[in-house]
Amino acid sequence: MNTNFTIIGGGVVGMSLAWGLLKHGHTVAILDGSDGSFRASRGNFGLIWIQGKGAKAPHYAKWSRLSASLYADFADELTEATGIPLGLEQNGGFDYHFSEESLQKTVQSYERLKQEFDGDYPFEILCGEDLRKEEPTLGPDIVAGILHHDDGHLNPLKLLRALQQDVQQMGGTYLTNRHVVDVSKTDHFTLTCADNETFHSERVILAAGLGSRDLGPKMGFVAPLEPERGQVLITEKLPRMINRPSVTARQVDEGGIQIGATNERVGYDDGTTIDGIAFLAAEAIRTHPFLAKTKLVRSWGALRVMSKDGLPIYQQSQSMPGAYLVTCHSGITLSAVHGKLLPSWFDQKNDAPNLEKFSEDRFRL
Amino acid sequence: MKTASGFNSLEDASGASQSLVPVRFDGQDYMLPEGANLAASLLTAGVSVFRNAPATGAPRGPFCMMGVCYDCLVNIDGITQQACQTSVEANMNVCKPATPADLNTEDDHA
Amino acid sequence: MLDTELAIIGAGPAGMAAAIEAANCGIASVLIDEQQSVGGQIYRDVERVAPLRGAMLGQDFLDGLPLAEGTHSPLITHLAGAVVWQVEKDGTITCSVKDQARQIKAQRILIATGAIERPMPLPGWTMPGVMTVGAGQILLKQSGLIPNKAVLIGSGPLLYVLASQMLKAKTPPLAIIETQTMGDLTKAMKHIGGALRGWRYLLKGTKLLSALKMGGVKRYTGASNIRLEGEGAVASVSFQCGARSHTIPCDTALLHHGVVPNVQISRALQLDHHWDAQQACFSPSLDEWGKSSEATIFIAGDGAGIGGAKAADLCGRIAALKLASELGKLDEENLQQRAAPLKSALLKENAARPFLDRAYPPFKDAQSPQDKTIVCRCEEVTAGEIRKTIALGCQGPNQLKAFLRAGMGPCQGRGCGLTISTLFAEQTGKSMQEIDYFTIRSPLKPITLGELASLKQKDVERLF
Repeated sequence: MNTNFTIIGGGVVGMSLAWGLLKHGHTVAILDGSDGSFRASRGNFGLIWIQGKGAKAPHYAKWSRLSASLYADFADELTEATGIPLGLEQNGGFDYHFSEESLQKTVQSYERLKQEFDGDYPFEILCGEDLRKEEPTLGPDIVAGILHHDDGHLNPLKLLRALQQDVQQMGGTYLTNRHVVDVSKTDHFTLTCADNETFHSERVILAAGLGSRDLGPKMGFVAPLEPERGQVLITEKLPRMINRPSVTARQVDEGGIQIGATNERVGYDDGTTIDGIAFLAAEAIRTHPFLAKTKLVRSWGALRVMSKDGLPIYQQSQSMPGAYLVTCHSGITLSAVHGKLLPSWFDQKNDAPNLEKFSEDRFRL
Repeated sequence: MKTASGFNSLEDASGASQSLVPVRFDGQDYMLPEGANLAASLLTAGVSVFRNAPATGAPRGPFCMMGVCYDCLVNIDGITQQACQTSVEANMNVCKPATPADLNTEDDHA
Repeated sequence: MLDTELAIIGAGPAGMAAAIEAANCGIASVLIDEQQSVGGQIYRDVERVAPLRGAMLGQDFLDGLPLAEGTHSPLITHLAGAVVWQVEKDGTITCSVKDQARQIKAQRILIATGAIERPMPLPGWTMPGVMTVGAGQILLKQSGLIPNKAVLIGSGPLLYVLASQMLKAKTPPLAIIETQTMGDLTKAMKHIGGALRGWRYLLKGTKLLSALKMGGVKRYTGASNIRLEGEGAVASVSFQCGARSHTIPCDTALLHHGVVPNVQISRALQLDHHWDAQQACFSPSLDEWGKSSEATIFIAGDGAGIGGAKAADLCGRIAALKLASELGKLDEENLQQRAAPLKSALLKENAARPFLDRAYPPFKDAQSPQDKTIVCRCEEVTAGEIRKTIALGCQGPNQLKAFLRAGMGPCQGRGCGLTISTLFAEQTGKSMQEIDYFTIRSPLKPITLGELASLKQKDVERLF
């Protein structure tokens, strides 16, 4: 098989890129792993989240906001093509505070971001009656909530499914159980799988999540990636109890309350622990006391793909031109920019976004 | 709605004496044998629909009677429980669990 | 936290027998069960029920009485009404008793959680009034309930057992609609040798069938195209036998086509499992004593592979003896000596299995349901949606779960997991072993967040 692009990795990142490239008229093959692979796309929290992001890296905040602003069109296009509604809601999201101190600290960092955006960083602080009017189920311990109007959420599993379906409708080739172990370049790229099957293409994108850590150096990348475990809970389905998402809890389109998430450095272990899930339950109850009587139906762990500084990496290989590394921990938030804007970056068009600050140069000092 | 039960009870016939206690299901009062299996007692009393499936609202009732299938889920005093794994206690307040569909009705009133 | 040498999960025949045998060796155990009284499903509530209607339920039910009585030993702590929702390899068991968390720390664990009925997705099977034959038995045993206008649908000896009990109670089923064919019986005859060694089962079967015939219970065999019909509740069942179509009005339809090991706990522990082609189910991989791939965890009874109540009792005792030897209460010589008669009895007990498994195979139409039939009852996902998603290049059951929510509901895939793996195998041409099964995670059964939060020991770092 000879395609313009082969993408290694069929998660939300890889599939968003495939979708965009197909829209731009390229031929694309996606080589995906197996059912048991670590899949951040299957375990994530589903937020399109802006507030707090990039407090020390305004270019990341800008890139995330750009994606959020493109999301409505992106989701519409996907739903129209596939008939799969994504449950997208972008009516803002809350960051809750149990103390004045933590509130003030957070507000200070948001004020700095507001300056970076010349005053366009739409957040407000709600407390007391005003806050409870928006979220009647909040507990008495909460002193305030920061409502950021750029925040939102969607059903990440439906996003992945819609991408996978539309990519194939547009003629993309999606292959599973392909574990790429080597990539070499002559006049074209040759990708070799664990079972010695080979694939050929003009260009290659490495979007294999944590798998990029092993494959990256063979393709001239640093790929300084580490797993960070997040444990997540979901409850039985309920009528509407929570209006807007927060990093603590959100009500998903099907009715369950999703509760997240831990941040743990425990290597390649995506299991759950009683300590982890009990802590999440306690935090969620403190925020929304009605949850004490709500039934937990499932818990799971998933591994975030974290670069050394937590920011995305967009890098063309210097030793293998035509090979690219794309990796980030916020694959859901960034899906819209990945699908809509990265194709012109690969093709070095005039309207390509400037992604220099996201290159691997920052790790080579 | 109370309907005629599709079941014969041998315990009534054998005169097994269990004291009856009041239990409310979806607003209706029933006298059920204390300590008996709640799902079986409601079936005997003529209740066949225990809940509505959350996605389509389709009616559901007990299926496996051994705690496996979760089709007999009911809300007992605020907590969703398997009726087939629960014993009858006096003054239980039982109802069908609320489903996401109920949210739309609430919105209509808003 | 309650410390114990041995925790036994499940107080059916395997669990009760194991607890008693362990106590005989001087081992104290905690016997954990969801029900308020011991007995499991087969001997449900036997101590209370035996005097009430033991005669109607028959000797096979009364056999549970000495086991149940044996559990009142001072060495056996019966933890009743306890729903196990997490088991860890270090021996920690977390369960829920009246919505309060209880934890047990055991040096050894025996999982004796028995069987669940093989999912039997048919058109209309989610309607009220449609239940399993196992449910019919439980209603009869525990609560003395018999459906007035019932049909029994599927295959296997359990249909005859329930039908004959109903007959004794003077409320026979309207009909038994059986899915096995003469061809199945012909294939099974090759294994009649084994069945003859287990002749008691054959004799029992013959007796049951002639009683049903005498009682005028109508049987249809080789039934296909079975549909449950009704508006909001089952009102009739339609099916075909050969060229003839039949419709039988009914209030209750009871389904059954065999049982499969309940592997929720062993799967959650990520113990080794294998596909058992003869029994068409996944079973945990065990040594001759019931030891799993994790040295401190044993499995006995139907949860280890389907053998029935008598076999479960024997397996439970065999496992208990080995556990006793590992806990230093039994020397090697005594272990072998005491286990030998149990092992030979077990061989005899299992002799009829190959015949039974082939004479009463799973119903093909239910293993590969029609597109419109609901497979996942919790999330209402149809076979057609599953097939379409597999065709999209879905890698396996876990990706399918993510895409369609099948297996994500409160039953945790107990009711659809096997069907979904089977649909994958059918469509991709891969083996069941290769397709494998859902990844199972705690909580094994839904618990309140309040109960979970009560276990909080410390804050876990969180950032975003």
